[in-house]
Amino acid sequence: MSIDLKLYDAIKDSGINLILSLPCIMLKGLLQLIEEKNEIQHISITREEEGVGIAAGAYLGGKTPAILMQNSGLGNSVNAIKSLLQLFKIPVIFIMSHRGAEGEKILAQIPMGLLTPDLLDLLKMEKFIIDSKDNIKYLQTAVELSISSKMPTCILLKKTLWGLL
Amino acid sequence: MYSFKEDVMGVTMRRFDAIRRIIDLVTDEIIVCNIGAPSRELFNIKDRDENFYMLGSMGLVSSIAFGIAISKPKRNVWGIDGDGALLMNLGSLSTIANNQPNNLTLIVIDNGTYGSTGNQKTYTSKKTNLETIAEGAGFESITVIDNEDDIIPKLNELGLGCHFVKIIVLPGNAQVENIPLNPEDIKNRFLKSISN
Repeated sequence: MSIDLKLYDAIKDSGINLILSLPCIMLKGLLQLIEEKNEIQHISITREEEGVGIAAGAYLGGKTPAILMQNSGLGNSVNAIKSLLQLFKIPVIFIMSHRGAEGEKILAQIPMGLLTPDLLDLLKMEKFIIDSKDNIKYLQTAVELSISSKMPTCILLKKTLWGLL
Repeated sequence: MYSFKEDVMGVTMRRFDAIRRIIDLVTDEIIVCNIGAPSRELFNIKDRDENFYMLGSMGLVSSIAFGIAISKPKRNVWGIDGDGALLMNLGSLSTIANNQPNNLTLIVIDNGTYGSTGNQKTYTSKKTNLETIAEGAGFESITVIDNEDDIIPKLNELGLGCHFVKIIVLPGNAQVENIPLNPEDIKNRFLKSISN
């Protein structure tokens, strides 16, 4: 089974039933599967912060939403994470490809890539790192923790997951 | 097309008057209201469990309202937005117009200023027309209101759909009390009231 399919199944089995997405080359295969299978409601967004607002509304309306994005957009979401999700205790799952880390060839990705883990700590967001096929199972844990704690949590997808290093 | 600059001369209502008329119409609609003075004014006009008062995250009214609309397709959702707030999140208009939930009305109260921070001018007081931007984003239903007496009849005409409504008002905030609710109270009673 391909990594993308395993990720897709884990997302579906976790109970996530709304995906708000911005593209990333690392997420290309997963996004394609989401579109093709057409089992999970999927909405393209224009900026990560907008996705935080939509996800908050969707949670209030009874959904289990996730934002699928590149880590570069974490900076765009900071105020909304603090003054909407954490202030009101609204659980949203961030599934982020981690560019700008190990093996990065694009210089412009590196500043946010290096900052991302520290920024998540500073934001007091729980983070789960998925860097191999075996720990795709942590996605379920992240979703359960987010819902039970009513707090946003973050899943970082590393290049090694796809054997890209 | 209307423009704030040309029409503001004839406008006599302020945001508070506009919200009061909107609330005269409300039955079981879900309302998401912009941060600051708009939420305080709404709270003082008519507090209800189905009002979600934003306390932070300026700009995200339309996004939160859209998220609720797609999750609660049988309920009508009204977002009460502002010109300054919407200018922070213009991409939201594209997302909403392309997904077109048929239970969402985005009401932008345009006073041409950042009302909660000291009435600094926004660009809608100069060249920018939000309804033109909404049209370009793909909204098919666009209504502009500049007279208080038109608010109820024009909103009444809308029915089911994905609507963009701009209400032109003068700058100025009503002197009203702060909202004496903490964030979790606002959320919990809102969740309870819309959960069935």
